[in-house]
Amino acid sequence: MRITALLAGTAIVLASLAVPATARNKDKAEAPKAAPFNKDPYPSTYHAYPGVPTAVTNVTVYDGEGGKFVNATVYFRDGKVEAVETGGAVKDGYAVIDGTGKWVTPGIIDVHSHLGDYPSPGVEALSDGNEATGPARPEVWAEHSVWPQDPGFSRALANGGVTTLQILPGSANLFGGRSVTIKNVYARNVQGMKFPGAPYGLKMACGENPKRVYGSRGQMPQTRMGNMAVNRQTWARAVEYKRKLDKGEAVSRDLGMETLAGVLSGEILVHNHCYRADEMSLVIDMAKEFGYKVSTFHHAVESYKIADLLAKEGICSAMWADWWGFKMESYDAINENIPLVHKAGACAIVHSDDANGIQRLNQEAAKALGDGRRIGVNIPDEVAWTWLSYNPAKALGIADKTGSLKPGKMADIVLWNGNPLSVYTRPDKVWIDGALMYDAADPKRRPVADFELGQPGEGDVK
Amino acid sequence: MKHLLLGMAAIISAPVAAETIAITGGKVVLGDGSAPIDNGTVIVTDGRVVAAGAKLVVPAGAKQVDASGKWVTPGIVAGFSRLGLVAVDAVEPTNDTAAKQSPFNASLTVAPAINPDVAAIAVNRAAGVTRAIVSPEASNVIFGGQGAVIDTGADFNAVTKAKAFQFVEFGETGARIAGGSRPALIAAFKTAFAEAAEAAKGVFPDNALLRRQDALALVPVINGTMKLFIHVESAPDILSVLALKKDYPLLNMVLVGATEGWRVAPQIAAAKVPVLASALNDLPDSFEQLAATQSDIGRMKAAGVKVAIGMINDNDARQAQLSMQYAGNLVALTKVPGATGLSWDQAFATITSVPADIVGMGAEIGSLRPGRRGDVVIWDGDPLELTSGVTRVWIDGVEQSLASRQTRLRDRYMTPSEGDLPNAYDR
Repeated sequence: MRITALLAGTAIVLASLAVPATARNKDKAEAPKAAPFNKDPYPSTYHAYPGVPTAVTNVTVYDGEGGKFVNATVYFRDGKVEAVETGGAVKDGYAVIDGTGKWVTPGIIDVHSHLGDYPSPGVEALSDGNEATGPARPEVWAEHSVWPQDPGFSRALANGGVTTLQILPGSANLFGGRSVTIKNVYARNVQGMKFPGAPYGLKMACGENPKRVYGSRGQMPQTRMGNMAVNRQTWARAVEYKRKLDKGEAVSRDLGMETLAGVLSGEILVHNHCYRADEMSLVIDMAKEFGYKVSTFHHAVESYKIADLLAKEGICSAMWADWWGFKMESYDAINENIPLVHKAGACAIVHSDDANGIQRLNQEAAKALGDGRRIGVNIPDEVAWTWLSYNPAKALGIADKTGSLKPGKMADIVLWNGNPLSVYTRPDKVWIDGALMYDAADPKRRPVADFELGQPGEGDVK
Repeated sequence: MKHLLLGMAAIISAPVAAETIAITGGKVVLGDGSAPIDNGTVIVTDGRVVAAGAKLVVPAGAKQVDASGKWVTPGIVAGFSRLGLVAVDAVEPTNDTAAKQSPFNASLTVAPAINPDVAAIAVNRAAGVTRAIVSPEASNVIFGGQGAVIDTGADFNAVTKAKAFQFVEFGETGARIAGGSRPALIAAFKTAFAEAAEAAKGVFPDNALLRRQDALALVPVINGTMKLFIHVESAPDILSVLALKKDYPLLNMVLVGATEGWRVAPQIAAAKVPVLASALNDLPDSFEQLAATQSDIGRMKAAGVKVAIGMINDNDARQAQLSMQYAGNLVALTKVPGATGLSWDQAFATITSVPADIVGMGAEIGSLRPGRRGDVVIWDGDPLELTSGVTRVWIDGVEQSLASRQTRLRDRYMTPSEGDLPNAYDR
């Protein structure tokens, strides 16, 4: 994740000032050229809602980076974390919330969601996640599909404690298009949800889905070797396109190539749906062949087979705790995948890919933790929380902004009504950028999407 | 639960005639909704529970198993599943849940298709699931066929009860299958029952919609000797289903899914119709589930409905192992203002004795009451808690292997890099 930390926040500035896209171009001989296009044409208009300076006292804290504090006080103000302290009197000037018996963690970050592009209700008219009209569709952007009224956002908030999520295109295509990272705050349009300064991602997919979708139509790819051929040919075009861009040569605008050039220059992060160890290994070499880096393998059910390789390459694995067997490429999934990846020193992430699963990512982490401990992989609870906030933040290039409770970071905070790795625990309160966006005790702090207004179940506990 | 061993899944201790097992010292949960018993004993003789509780005398000659510090419960009963019918969902030849091209429907019976070799059997057994209610899917006609009750033992005798119920799709799916509307669905339903009534009299009209064997298969349904599992989600559809009781008073209905059951819970309770409900649906996933909430089961239970957890269309061929997590989540709701959950004891019963009762087998499975089959699980902690796991499993008094291809893969790749030989030699 070296690249991502560097980039977070810079893309927006570059775009708005029309500073050259080639600032990081390796070709030092070339003078920087003006970007021939606006890199941020649908800018974030997200803003934090008002909050009050708050001290949550007497809590157990997992700080998201592996730290644990007992009987601590968490301070935040002006949308930012101020401090996590133990001992001493509570400072003046804060609204005090007594959290005795409760836990505080950073908000959960789901690196793999289709909320908004495969929303509820799951009707054809709202199914906007796969532009399955060609295996390489890097030109599409998930944010142009995200329906900001998906009721699923509210469930992810209230039951899941999810404060940030990446919405990805689906996996019908080898190149699925751009992802968008959003704050879990309802808005009238997707721009109002977009995480300020988060880099874009590129969704890619290995394996069964692309070859099935196109092979069944008698089109390429029909095989895994076809997958790789289309991938490589597309990357070869992208390398050529970027070379022209870097040299300032005239090029026709090509939205797909712009995205891939963004990957090659390190501005856009690759999120690659890839179940099998052998295919992940091929993708790693392909990335080297064309000069890009994979941020994260998603649905990486076989990461445990190459955990050493993934650690060496610095690639994250986004995993389920116990999904398996629904398709051939998920047949070798094991319940100890997450702890074994962690044990190898690789970056482990718990992800959902599911409007239900996103409500229980903490529970998924707990299951994996227990399964790991039973085979002697003893990971402390507070370290396991890195799978839920800090590691996904790294994978998304936003770890300098959120994902842990370090002072100065966004006050994306969950107060849990008990141990968050227990099945008996739910969010009590959730703050996003210091604003109270969910309160279990206050029905008015429970968002209700437009779709649900005036329909059965409106505003109910869910 | 007989003695045939399956491949690698070797049974740890073979059954012995007149064997008595006494599991002592654990926290014993009977599964019938009663509170856990500290330092309890479970005695199983010849494959049946003879006693479970506190202060029991261990019979002379019993094989003793120390469960100190652990929990001892009946095996989990998967309340609605397709376990044993599928090896890999998306690998069509291995998926025996539905038969779109078949000319038959209500007469299809899953029992002979239960495959104890599918990985899901071993995986769920190792997770503590010892019995499952297994249903076919409906595909070309609203009636899917006859479901079974099975065990998850490592042998070739999986079927506990064949033809335990008939399955029918109501609501959106039923309407689609019936031709595209709810009126078409009701017509299909009533016509099928009329033809079954004729079939009972030996009359098979030439222009019947159902084939002879399908009409005959519905005879025990209309006379109430076979349960009818009805998948239905919305409140209006549930009321339509309950109204069918006026026309067919003998119907022995069980509602499946029932996402909006809470809205009509008093009516369901008054009709004395039990429910195998989806525990955690809380999204308006379809227009028949607009009022979905995780409080559905708690509210139905509070209204007097007999309700257990089922998992229709929720990875139901593989993930019965999530039953414990789902039940635990219902307990979590008791701490959420405005929500309705279940007590721990009630929640545990929704995955053991209540589904067993609903399928008509409460005297056989689902609890550690005397006379029940010796399906016993020892857990290293609270069985509903996420970090807990299973340490030992018995089915019909026979101790089971906890190995699966998942544990074999895990063991092979504990250290992923190759040693002196490729990993393929490591087993």
